[in-house]
Amino acid sequence: MAVLSPPKPSSDEGRIPRRVAFSQKRGKWDVKLSPYLYISPFFILFAITGLFPLLYTGYVSLFEWGLLKGKGDFVGLDNFTEVLNQPHFWKALRNTFSIFLLSAVPQVVMAITLAAILSANLRAKTFWRMGVLLPYVVAPVAVGLIFGKLFADESGLINAILTNIGIDPVRWHVDVLPSHFAIATMVNFRWTGYNTLIFLAAMQAIPRELYEAAIIDGAGRLRQFFSITIPQLRPTLIFIIITSTIGGLQIFDEPRMFNTTGDGGSSRQWMTLTMYLFDLGWGPQKSFGRASAVALLLFVIIVVIGMINFLVTTKIATSGPAKAKKPKSRNSTNRRTR
Amino acid sequence: MSSIPVIAQTAGKGAARSAARRRKIKLGGPDRRPGWVTYAILSVVLLISIYPLYYVIQLASSTNLAIVRNPIPALLPEGNLFTNFGRVFDSNIPLMKGFVNSVVVAVVQSFTVVIFSTLAGYSFAKLRFRGRGPLLVFVIATMAIPTQLGVVPLFIVMSEIGWSGKLIAVIVPGMVTAFGVFWMTQYLEGALPYELIEAARVDGASMIRTFWHVAMPAARPAAAMLALFTFIGSWTAFFWPFIILGSKNPTLPMVMQLLNSTYFTDFSLVMAGVLLSTLPLIAVFAFAGRQLVAGIMAGAVKG
Repeated sequence: MAVLSPPKPSSDEGRIPRRVAFSQKRGKWDVKLSPYLYISPFFILFAITGLFPLLYTGYVSLFEWGLLKGKGDFVGLDNFTEVLNQPHFWKALRNTFSIFLLSAVPQVVMAITLAAILSANLRAKTFWRMGVLLPYVVAPVAVGLIFGKLFADESGLINAILTNIGIDPVRWHVDVLPSHFAIATMVNFRWTGYNTLIFLAAMQAIPRELYEAAIIDGAGRLRQFFSITIPQLRPTLIFIIITSTIGGLQIFDEPRMFNTTGDGGSSRQWMTLTMYLFDLGWGPQKSFGRASAVALLLFVIIVVIGMINFLVTTKIATSGPAKAKKPKSRNSTNRRTR
Repeated sequence: MSSIPVIAQTAGKGAARSAARRRKIKLGGPDRRPGWVTYAILSVVLLISIYPLYYVIQLASSTNLAIVRNPIPALLPEGNLFTNFGRVFDSNIPLMKGFVNSVVVAVVQSFTVVIFSTLAGYSFAKLRFRGRGPLLVFVIATMAIPTQLGVVPLFIVMSEIGWSGKLIAVIVPGMVTAFGVFWMTQYLEGALPYELIEAARVDGASMIRTFWHVAMPAARPAAAMLALFTFIGSWTAFFWPFIILGSKNPTLPMVMQLLNSTYFTDFSLVMAGVLLSTLPLIAVFAFAGRQLVAGIMAGAVKG
């Protein structure tokens, strides 16, 4: 309380005692309550628009609840059993994981490689850094439209190039894996540069002595990269994996824009869980109960994966040699809506 | 560097410099200038990150017939860009409304996020109160909660209070973010000396006056970056606005979606819409790209 102790009563207290007493009292409450007042907007807003809806999702999922009809009968866990018996749910789960893996793994590899290149003593550093970040300002919806066209089956640029070099055109909008690849490409396009800069910052924080010692020991550039850079980056790596898991498993915008109807393909071959949630709630079924059940299942999936990540993190933090500080900040607003 | 003067004497200044460089390459030290291969790789990367945007310009300045006939667009943009822009404005999709809505949401959210986050960040970083540590941990932990999954009840509540279809339903949930609070806490911890706060308090300033006249000016650089990231986040958000607003009162990402579902046979029109929606952020990037880079990198090492 050294800093924020209320102002000491002045010497002329005797002359106007009542006013001083009042302002002193007010000052005391000011000091006591202000800190809570200042942090309250976040907590109030989070309680109303974040926590309450999440908890209430559990409640809604136990009822027959329609977009138009409103709350209906209590049905227990029927919504869950119904959803789990739908082949669409399992398809959506498969698609979500497939797209997630196809985007997360190459993205991390590319981002680290790029960061290693950018960490060299380049001319026009800022220019190259800005260059990799440019896709970040393109909205996912726009990215979806652009790549949906680039990967068009009939009149797309990529198939045209493939044909020109003698490769059979790929049915990006028909086959399962190619469609996942195309959607993962959109995610990679938008986020690789962003993650590159995070890795780059972490790389620059690695003490130089480590490299100097390695050079003296005769380690080559590649050996330095794998024996110093990668281990030192481990906390950053795990952080990026965790955040991209939370964002990636909720992916909606890009697959939604991959075709015009946004249904996830003729046999739902690229429909993700969030798209399925949306379709249940606001599509022809208009069933908030079932949509909530999917939301809750997805929530559990994300929590479980998050826990696995966390356990791995702590294990590495206690046994690994990496002592570098773990970065925590991340533009979560963007992450959330990716 | 003791050997350099000898070389300089025999072959001049330039030779000395290049000899020094050669020496460093052999050592492989971190200071060496990379060779042309590095720049070649980076140029390819740059091409990949720019080309999709250039592709938009190519298609938006073409005609639908040309796009259908030739999947590989002409290298240079054709002359129909403004015709296609005009067709977007004349279409059934309320582009101008979408633009105004996007501006309103992004500006209001940037403003409120900065104010509320700075207030909370100041409190967490510089004021002492019971429960400070656990509460801050709680704020950070909420960043890992996928709140998007609460859409159904959020939709029910918004409909119940009559906000469905209104901009305020999009604005309110994003008025302050955990990231913003954390970001400002981090920054103010280092950037604001206790002495300044103390001085203001001794002079008799109230708590809020101290915040406004001492903390706010100190927070300005980080606040500007936070505003920038919030603006981009609002401008590109789709999921929640799409659910709550409806096609009569869209934001720009929704305008793009509407253009695509209405005029999907006319790609020059759709891409003209994409270009119009994306240009404002490209402009932001041109002016503040340097700050964005610095912001992401600062966020990564701190903490």
